Amino acid sequence: MTPLPHIPALRRGRPYESLDQINIVDHRTGTPLVSISQVNAGIIRKDLARIGESRAALKKFTTAQLIEISAQAGELFLNGTLPLGDKGHTQSAKEYWETLSATSGLPHVMVRRNMAKIHHALTNMRTILNGLTRGLELGILDQGYGEQFGTPVSYYPTTQGLGLVMPSNSPAVNSLWLPAIALKMPVIIKPGKEEPWTPLRLIQAFMAAGCPPEAFGFYPTDHEGAGEILKSCGRALIFGDKSTTDRYAGNPAIQIHGPGYSKILIGEDLIECWPDYIDLMAASIADNGGRSCINASTVVAPKYGAEIADALARKLGPITPLPATDENARLSGFANVKMAEYIDGAIEQDLKTPGAVEVTAKYRNGPRKVMLEGGIYLRPTIVLCNSFAHPLANREFLCPYASMVEVPQAEMLRQIGPSLVVTAITKDPVFTEQLLESPLIERLNLGPISTMKISWDQPHEGNMFEFLYKRRSIDRA
Amino acid sequence: MNPEPATTKAAQDQLDAHVREIMQWHFSPETGSPFWLDWAKKAGWNPATEVKGFADLLRFPHFQDEWLRDLPNEVWVPKKYQGRPFNIFETGGTTGMPKQRIGWDDYKVDYEEFSGKIANEHFPRGGAWLMVGPTGPRRLRLAIEHLANFRGSSCYFVDLDPRWVKKVISQKHFEQARAYMDHVVDQAAVILKHRKVSGLFTTPKLLEALGEKIDLYGAGIRGVFCGGTTMAPQAVRFIVEEVLENRIGFYPTYGNTLMGLAASVPLRKEDNFSITYYAPQPRAVLRVVDANNTSQTKNYGEWGRVELTTLTKEFFMPRFLERDEAIRREPRAPYAWDGVAEVRPFGAMEKNIVEGVY
Repeated sequence: MTPLPHIPALRRGRPYESLDQINIVDHRTGTPLVSISQVNAGIIRKDLARIGESRAALKKFTTAQLIEISAQAGELFLNGTLPLGDKGHTQSAKEYWETLSATSGLPHVMVRRNMAKIHHALTNMRTILNGLTRGLELGILDQGYGEQFGTPVSYYPTTQGLGLVMPSNSPAVNSLWLPAIALKMPVIIKPGKEEPWTPLRLIQAFMAAGCPPEAFGFYPTDHEGAGEILKSCGRALIFGDKSTTDRYAGNPAIQIHGPGYSKILIGEDLIECWPDYIDLMAASIADNGGRSCINASTVVAPKYGAEIADALARKLGPITPLPATDENARLSGFANVKMAEYIDGAIEQDLKTPGAVEVTAKYRNGPRKVMLEGGIYLRPTIVLCNSFAHPLANREFLCPYASMVEVPQAEMLRQIGPSLVVTAITKDPVFTEQLLESPLIERLNLGPISTMKISWDQPHEGNMFEFLYKRRSIDRA
Repeated sequence: MNPEPATTKAAQDQLDAHVREIMQWHFSPETGSPFWLDWAKKAGWNPATEVKGFADLLRFPHFQDEWLRDLPNEVWVPKKYQGRPFNIFETGGTTGMPKQRIGWDDYKVDYEEFSGKIANEHFPRGGAWLMVGPTGPRRLRLAIEHLANFRGSSCYFVDLDPRWVKKVISQKHFEQARAYMDHVVDQAAVILKHRKVSGLFTTPKLLEALGEKIDLYGAGIRGVFCGGTTMAPQAVRFIVEEVLENRIGFYPTYGNTLMGLAASVPLRKEDNFSITYYAPQPRAVLRVVDANNTSQTKNYGEWGRVELTTLTKEFFMPRFLERDEAIRREPRAPYAWDGVAEVRPFGAMEKNIVEGVY
């Protein structure tokens, strides 16, 4: 056994060791932790030509069996010791969170929370599918047709495989693709550069639970390879910033997961009670290190903007990085140092535009970008903006960041723009109706609910079942 | 197997003798070209008498390829070739005046020699060839046809204009580049479907794309002669194992209009798909030099910049710094001189280089 583990590509489940390999390093020390094979786009094209075989392997199972396999995979993912690479190494759950933390910068405690979310998704797959399919009798997927609520129904697959160009920011995003397996759809995954661990461990867990290896393509690759996955899979998910996702906007075969621009809106009816919601707002901004698209990045209130911003800054500003092993760690390190430098620079640059002031600065007693044990961190940042026109008012960064904007309630829905999650702190029935009518909001929390709360039976960002299957009209003589 | 020291010594002696002969030729008024005769006058030394071997060529500065663009072609005509029409071959280029090299028979000599390095099993004598790649004003077009003819074969052609590809890629019109590549590959597939072809010359990217469109072995292809862009070990492995399916002979080469053709040694298992090319010495010499001190060669196994010296009676080009870098490799039979391996654009690890689809 070689000392450094090697992660091969998986071509329809079969390990492939490329001659082209890169090391993934500890973000604090630069120590290589694993070498990982890189494949060229041609390999992906060649394998996709046989994707039908992968789907055929999954179709041998019933949906009910695949739900059971998913549940077993969930237990193995959370607790099991699974194969790691092709050189005889294994990975326990503890080794998983330690290594993922070392390469991605997420503290152990956050990795474990993400693990719990993934475990929950895998072990509640029936509930999730029920939500995605709106209660479809799952045997209909096995047969291709059937009867539901007294009506004939038939569904056909829109593709033979689901492509995934994954990010490195947060392991729980992998939960988005998990239903694909139970829906009998092979996955073709390009892992994030610093985060091959989660998709790989999930694949190993699925295979150990009895899922056919052919269902999994795991292709660490370059931009060309990622483009090939997006272009050739028929259906694919991409995660990225606005410039990345803009390129694929309007392509119905590609589901885009970009910035969420999630928000907290406080109605005029409850604004006098704003201090009651500071903890909720702070948690929405900073939980999971502020790395999620469902983290709030803007707080909108009809008045008391300066006071709310100050209270948030007083709560979040003093947060400092802690060692990854510390159970109280709330900030994530940056494996990509240039990303931290870019974010820090972008905030500083835009603060030069009149109309915004950073409120956290006085509570931080130091720079935003700091180093701990060799790792780079960005400390929480709250910016008070005088309007949505300011460049920092509707921004999202990969750290605990939020703007505070004062806007009259009547103007809010005209100004907030597309928002993945909106938590509306209001009991006003008229405002509630306006919120329910708004096409800008993907998930709406009415009342004091953290933007970070998600419901597994209600997809908040694209419905995987509707993405992978379409209904057709059917009659049988 | 590495050649015996005596063999490498003999090769060095042969090179030194050849260098002396070429210096005599280019720097004698009876045979030399106006450019080099004029150069020697200004330089204040006489290469015809002072150069005793290859090492003495370090007295020359690096050849400036702009001379091939800015000066009239006639300045390069050796006295002995005066009155004989010449071929004009152009290098890459995307805009403006291209660089040109004139020639008469060098390409035939190079490719006739190369013919001895490809197996009849892969390029059966008399079996037709197809070239899919840059034709136009390039030496390669005539060279491939001559190679085919020399082996008793004829050759079909599908053109690819690399200048257009570079232009659309540098303007980020990737869809256009892709459409153009498809257009080229479609034409090649049509030829392969309707004509009996056994030998193919193309570039790695086009080969891959053609392999996705058509069953190359089933279409009759038995040998592929490939060149034009970087071929890193993993890319070579992919071509050998998955595009050519270990059934079709693969002959990677490194070459350009200024050098000719450096053939590669057949891959051994221990090469791990790392290709080493050997210049057609003594007509051309490749050195891997320290980019910051180009009089120094790198040690074996080290990366450095590729320096080319061309030494024929038609063309003398000392110490031209290619826009490539490579690993210096030891002599390997049948070649008794240094090789260059894993050639890639100079600075490829630091910046993105537009190589295009060819």
